[in-house]
Amino acid sequence: MGILDHHKKIETHATLLLVLSFLVVTIGGLVQIVPLFYLENTIEEVEGMRPYSPLELAGREIYVREGCYVCHSQMVRPMRDEVERYGHYSLAAESMYDHPFQWGSKRTGPDLARLGGRYSDEWHVAHLINPRDVVPESVMPPYAYLLDRPITGEYIQDLMSTYRMVGVPYTDEMIEAAPEDFVAQVDPFGDTDGLLERYHSAQVRNFDGQEELTEMDALISYMQMIGTLVDFSTFEAEASR
Amino acid sequence: MAAPNSKHDRPTTGHSWDGIEEFDNPLPRWWLWIFYATIIWSVVYWILFPAWPLINGATAGVLGYSSRQDVEAEMVAVDDANAVWYQRLLDTNLNDIAEDPELQRFAVNAGAAIFRAQCSQCHGAGADGLRPGSGFPNLLDDEWMWGGTTEDIVQTVTYGIRNEDFPDARYSEMPSFGRDGLLTDEEITQVVNHVLNISGQAHDAALAEAGAEVFDLNCSSCHGVDGGGDQFQGAPALNNAIWLYGGSEAEITASVQNAHFGVMPGFADRLSEAQIRAVASYVHQLGGGQ
Repeated sequence: MGILDHHKKIETHATLLLVLSFLVVTIGGLVQIVPLFYLENTIEEVEGMRPYSPLELAGREIYVREGCYVCHSQMVRPMRDEVERYGHYSLAAESMYDHPFQWGSKRTGPDLARLGGRYSDEWHVAHLINPRDVVPESVMPPYAYLLDRPITGEYIQDLMSTYRMVGVPYTDEMIEAAPEDFVAQVDPFGDTDGLLERYHSAQVRNFDGQEELTEMDALISYMQMIGTLVDFSTFEAEASR
Repeated sequence: MAAPNSKHDRPTTGHSWDGIEEFDNPLPRWWLWIFYATIIWSVVYWILFPAWPLINGATAGVLGYSSRQDVEAEMVAVDDANAVWYQRLLDTNLNDIAEDPELQRFAVNAGAAIFRAQCSQCHGAGADGLRPGSGFPNLLDDEWMWGGTTEDIVQTVTYGIRNEDFPDARYSEMPSFGRDGLLTDEEITQVVNHVLNISGQAHDAALAEAGAEVFDLNCSSCHGVDGGGDQFQGAPALNNAIWLYGGSEAEITASVQNAHFGVMPGFADRLSEAQIRAVASYVHQLGGGQ
């Protein structure tokens, strides 16, 4: 059988086998990964996506810190039962400013990709204080201490610069104004023009109902905007995808 | 190339380690053919389904498969199958839906599914408001703050309660009698005892008697002279054992001191009108519908 008879050479030389295996895996990997960088339809263009506001970004950091992704996915798959329950299936563009993305791989709790606006802030506070108060069958741990942990925008500029380094289009102006925007988002009576100009449709209110700005405010501000940015009335799924 | 095995007369690989040799048996045929079949199947798959990434996009496959089209088609199929029912829901007078057993059965089943996805987070999977005093209304009992006819429920579900999204949202705001200094602590103790009295609980008779006057002046315009509530204003009845925020002395005192301000989102832009009618029919038949 010609070339097939030479397999013994490979099978009896560990180094050769290793080098050739590595070559095969490399080619396989490149074929899967490289096109994602040059194909224009990897991330389809949608109306409405913007980077996270400073407070939302801080809330997202808390979400990651607490490991919410371990039990909650953020990925509505294109299946009828999921679309009926959660809302429109997720688009790649919706996590393009997430580093790392929070798609998750397990749903002990429900998917959160369309969480924003689905519950009141008060519900979220009650739920995070003790999940069983509002969902008797829940196994989620309580996060009441978020209410006791004040948060400031001290490091928010560093954080945003870091995100800019990995590709989030924060402008100099956004980073410059971050400390003010950070506190402006919880003060509905303050001056929010700049915040809303930089981050359209940012929700401004006292999220946790407490005077002090706490991690609870940040987390809820993030949770209330997840999945709300894309304007699906202008979205048309390309037939080819 | 293999040396014959002296014992079995079968070829070996020719290696020998401490006298142990390795047969050079061919692979089992069933395994080999399945292996070949998977290779052939992969080629078939490349042709039928989206597969290889090229310069401008991946190959589309001759079947034209797309998970987005699939889900779209599935949604349309279900919507089409339900269309005639939803149309009937829209064509039927709200309060007559229950008269039509077939339509009622559809409405209750469709409404139950919607309830589980959209309403159970606050009202509880069993619609019992989670527990007495939770602040989330129990939908099984027959006390209704904003009315319990199917029509009333449709109105509540469509526009919600005390939200800024809909001008037509139901709205009422009880004054914070204690926090805003409208009543003294003494008067509040009195009126709370009066409420304990009319709701049939243990109370201090003297305080309750004084409280009746406080109630008359401050509370009766919304909650009614007898404390029976007023659905037009969303004022709950106080003369029964059903409490949204708890009926103990401490809990009633807290409610009078700092009024509650429960909210509910409107579903006008999340559910279709027919879906709202279905979920209202479901809630209406749970037990307390009027």
